[in-house]
Amino acid sequence: MSSKEFLLGNEAIARGLLEAGIDVATGYPGTPSSEVLAALAPSANERKFHIEWSVNEKVALEVAIGASWAGARSVCTMKHVGLNVAADPFMTLSHTGVVGGLILLSADDPSCHSSQNEQDTRMYARFAKVPCFDPASPQEAMSMIGYAYEFSEKHQIPVILRPTTRVSHGKSDVTLGELPSERREKKFVKNMERFVVLPKHTRSLLKKLNAKQEVMAKELASSPWNRLTLKPGAKLGIIASGVATAYVEEVLAGIDLPVSYLKIGAYPIDSELIIRLAAGVEKVLVLEELMPVVEEQTRIYAKSVMGKMTGEVPHEGEFDLLCVRNIINKALGLPVCDPQVPQICVELPQRPPALCPGCPHRATFYALKSVFKEDSIFASDIGCYTLGTQLGAVDTCLCMGASITIASGLSISGINNHVACTIGDSTFLHTGIPGLINAVYNKANITAVILDNRTTAMTGHQPHPGIGQTITGAPSDEVSLESIVKACGVKYLQTVDPFDMETTKAAFKKAYATDGVKVIIARQPCIITAKKEGIRRKRYEVIPELCEGCRRCVKFGCPAMEFKDGKAVSNEMCAGCGVCSDLCQFGAIKVRSD
Amino acid sequence: MIKMATTKTFDLVIVGVGGQGAILASDIIGKAAVAEGLPVTASETHGMAQRGGAVENHVRIGCKYGSLIPAGGADCLMSMEPLEALRFARYLKKDSVAVINTQQIVPVTVYSQKIPYPELDQIIEIMENVTPNVKAANFTELAKKAGAAQALNVAMIGAVSKYMPLNPDNLKEVIARSVPPKTVNVNLKAFDLGRDA
Repeated sequence: MSSKEFLLGNEAIARGLLEAGIDVATGYPGTPSSEVLAALAPSANERKFHIEWSVNEKVALEVAIGASWAGARSVCTMKHVGLNVAADPFMTLSHTGVVGGLILLSADDPSCHSSQNEQDTRMYARFAKVPCFDPASPQEAMSMIGYAYEFSEKHQIPVILRPTTRVSHGKSDVTLGELPSERREKKFVKNMERFVVLPKHTRSLLKKLNAKQEVMAKELASSPWNRLTLKPGAKLGIIASGVATAYVEEVLAGIDLPVSYLKIGAYPIDSELIIRLAAGVEKVLVLEELMPVVEEQTRIYAKSVMGKMTGEVPHEGEFDLLCVRNIINKALGLPVCDPQVPQICVELPQRPPALCPGCPHRATFYALKSVFKEDSIFASDIGCYTLGTQLGAVDTCLCMGASITIASGLSISGINNHVACTIGDSTFLHTGIPGLINAVYNKANITAVILDNRTTAMTGHQPHPGIGQTITGAPSDEVSLESIVKACGVKYLQTVDPFDMETTKAAFKKAYATDGVKVIIARQPCIITAKKEGIRRKRYEVIPELCEGCRRCVKFGCPAMEFKDGKAVSNEMCAGCGVCSDLCQFGAIKVRSD
Repeated sequence: MIKMATTKTFDLVIVGVGGQGAILASDIIGKAAVAEGLPVTASETHGMAQRGGAVENHVRIGCKYGSLIPAGGADCLMSMEPLEALRFARYLKKDSVAVINTQQIVPVTVYSQKIPYPELDQIIEIMENVTPNVKAANFTELAKKAGAAQALNVAMIGAVSKYMPLNPDNLKEVIARSVPPKTVNVNLKAFDLGRDA
């Protein structure tokens, strides 16, 4: 019996994975991919599959590969930039291939809603000569999964599932299928020519990989994901891929002119489809977000192609209905729509994301900034704490794990400034450790602050090895950050509670005056997880008679502190960290009496 | 007089501040649409933007295409905070409905960059120049009256339910199974107060 549910794209993907009978699920959190494993975890015990948050994407993919080579159907989830970390195993995996089906889910983020860049996973698919499934909707993402596993097993090749933000964080009505009752048999069959990539073996594996390409393209040409609709009398042909197809189909439904249309949902694309579309029309318009992947291929086989490379389609950002409608209208010579944007005559104060009221990172940043002199440089990393820019405590952020290393580079560059860096607990375990080893070994002069809020906060509070709990909530051995730091050879190590402002500042002062690699672990649970665990702190209030209106507490940047009529006022959002009370020189901020 | 939508398509933009429950609101509406057998697509703000930032969710009832509503395309804007109504006014067209909560949440930039928060009267006036159908009320106070300020999202669904092509009893059924069990009565009361406001 089929039933419909209103599901988040990532939940629909998780359901598709369950229906395909997965054996192993791994991944590292990253918006917009994180909810897939989160939605799978509650079923792991009952459906008897292994699930884990791995320490990073390379590790996650290699675990999934190992399982696949033993015949397990595996999935490995990450965000697009996570595939950079996993690129090393990925690029050679296409050669060795898989045994049990393997889906690498890499979620792209057009418009960088929650990312440091806009890279296109389809380029990686092409780079590694691996098929890529590019869903247009939660329903299509879910429906693709069973097909993708069978395709992966048939051609013994890993496949990419590449949802974008609008699929992963879109919701729609989704038709559910059946869950399987039987499990696959697992067995590792030794095969040196396949699983040991000595140059001699790789040469023959590459020939096999190349031979698969046309076979796969032909098969995908008759799949439900690539669909050619030729209209008699059409002057324009449109090729669209992934989420862009949803906009194109809505626009075409409202246009009376005949337009031929090629929908692309899976790669590699059979060139025959492009040739057939182009043969009957005067012009071809290619609509795809991010890189001109389809467009480049189209240009080989069609004349008069419009797209990113001719300026009709934007290179950056995500599409919406209006933008797609106007591109199509222009191509058809129809008038463009120009909605009257209301004139707002006042300047609107921005509402950027900010560290939460009671966030321990704010306290650590404050202590750091008050000790390190004005010309100090602060390298940072990927996490909630990147929002420390608002406190002037983040001068650099590049990619996961690049805080200690960038700080090291600054410190040995020949400048005389003090250099400090901040990195979260999960990020430190992800790719921070090699940088710390390098800093000690190569004699950097930095203060590295591990902001240990005991969770992977920004992506939705996933556990990690420092917490002693797995994704299913099962207890596990806790990794000690202090032991790791010491093992890296760090001589100066101190753990502080950032809500204890005096001790924290003292630790920074000592670090400031000491040469070499200093590590300070600022440990205090994330305010969101603390609240969930029932930790309640008493709120603070400003005593108006004592407040001198110096704004020192307001500059701390806590959303719970407002400033009205020359005085500071705390609001209902106060979480009771008490740091503002420590900052106040007039003793005007006190625990509320109620 | 505001007319109820006659066709079974309805494009709704829900805006507010991260943490106000915009995701639950769109979830309830989407589930209610599915229960009535209508196709529905929606889009949410997750990740970094959630940390107290401005959030926007789109819900397209009766739609089988993409989930993003373009500028000038919304039938209704449900704004859980007055400043955010202005920020996202571009989604409205002349005959749209704007349902606005008047309870302010002042962003830190008002103090850090000293850009004043516009007066409430001014906000409403600007919004009324965009569409004559502005319904402004303190839905936070209504939610408190129902028993909890957190029921703001449901109180506002109540207000918006007058324009949506969805059965209110069906919406209430979905609310009852979507909110924490202890808060069902509070939320159902908030829905009614919002609908009557």
